[in-house]
Amino acid sequence: MEVLLGITGKDFTLVAASKAAMRGATILKASDDKTRALNKHTLMAFSGEAGDTIQFAEYIQANAQLYSMRNNIDLSPSAVAHFVRGELASSLRSRKPYNVNLLLGGVDPITDKPSLYWLDYLASLAPLPYAAHGYAQYYCLSILDKHHHPDIDYEQGLKILRMCTDELKRRLPIDFKGMLVKVITKDGIKEVEYDDEARIACP
Amino acid sequence: MASGYDRALSVFSPDGHVFQVEYALEAVKRGTCAVGVKGKDIVVLGCEKRSAMKLQDTRITPSKIGLVDTHVCLAFAGLNADARILVDKARLEAQSHRLTVEDPVTIEYITKYVAGVQQRYTQSGGVRPFGISTLIIGFDPNDKTPKLYQTEPSGIYSAWKANAIGRSSKTVREFLERNHKDDMDREATIKLTIKSLLEVVQTGAKNIEIAIMAPGKLIEMLPVEDIEAYVKNIEQEKVEEAAKKKTGRPGTGNTSILATRAADE
Repeated sequence: MEVLLGITGKDFTLVAASKAAMRGATILKASDDKTRALNKHTLMAFSGEAGDTIQFAEYIQANAQLYSMRNNIDLSPSAVAHFVRGELASSLRSRKPYNVNLLLGGVDPITDKPSLYWLDYLASLAPLPYAAHGYAQYYCLSILDKHHHPDIDYEQGLKILRMCTDELKRRLPIDFKGMLVKVITKDGIKEVEYDDEARIACP
Repeated sequence: MASGYDRALSVFSPDGHVFQVEYALEAVKRGTCAVGVKGKDIVVLGCEKRSAMKLQDTRITPSKIGLVDTHVCLAFAGLNADARILVDKARLEAQSHRLTVEDPVTIEYITKYVAGVQQRYTQSGGVRPFGISTLIIGFDPNDKTPKLYQTEPSGIYSAWKANAIGRSSKTVREFLERNHKDDMDREATIKLTIKSLLEVVQTGAKNIEIAIMAPGKLIEMLPVEDIEAYVKNIEQEKVEEAAKKKTGRPGTGNTSILATRAADE
């Protein structure tokens, strides 16, 4: 029951991931960070099999950073997304594939256009205005369908994200210990103060 | 002639030399000069740039100073093409180190790695040594002490307060030995670097490159205008000093003539 959410707006991309680290039905930790910064303006959020996720994410992170050092320029979010898809696709066809689902959020450093890429463990890639992984899809996509607009500003984005997380709290049977929210703008990646103490009443 | 002992790389001559390695050192001596100077809480690299040809695009011609990781900087003297390979290996190791131990490399570690690669190429068949010496500078993670290391084609590495490699490095090193002080501030360190380079670079500011590293900060390449200002300042000082020497002599009447002559020198 891991939650990954991503929302793009006018000049930003929001990426949110649940803070619970779970093993079976047990919560091991309530402050887990399921994201890795790949370069100054690309962030990857991941869920899936416990060991695979971090192993794969850090492998991608190392390669993205190596590219930056070698070429004196960062890969654009779209370039990263296609690179990751390639890695995931060749892993899928290996003896022991990675079982990892990803959201890649970023802002293109040249055009300043925000972008969001949805990738699952079958290495299918989709650029989307908003996206979710796992059970969160069932609850959040309808909300996002209704309220999202490509031109929303940061405050509106946060408001929609709040609607999503409130709904998840209301309907998911397991507590996911709140969300870690990060925002990517043309100035880089920042963690967002996100209050998830508030109790949500269920009908 | 070395009578056959310089043919295969991994063969000693009877008097204990490995000639190919010594030839590699010769290639270093022919490369453009590079200088590294440590200050109190800063470390500076200076490079002599080969003067570009008229139609060459200097903005996108690669520099002799390269970043190995965000906190490690490397300058070299010798064969440019060999350096590219070595720098790339160092960059790969730096990222690989981050991936395996979740920590950036220390300057000593990456120096040891670079020297290790260079050594390997003096002891295996079918390869030739790297024709480069390197100066590696930077700051260890969570540490404010500047570091400066040198590596050689043989695989030797050593730590320095200030050093020079490449063409006329001996002159520059001697200059540094005379003028280097511990606890230099930023200005003094940059100035000493440029001053030492001016000992061997005739054409002045436009053929000098300066990289500055400070703890916890990204590398800073000094803009040409700033280097020009330093050069002008240094030349001014030299003139004044020379003039003072002449005028300071007791019983000299026509000081003005001597002063102008000093400026011409």
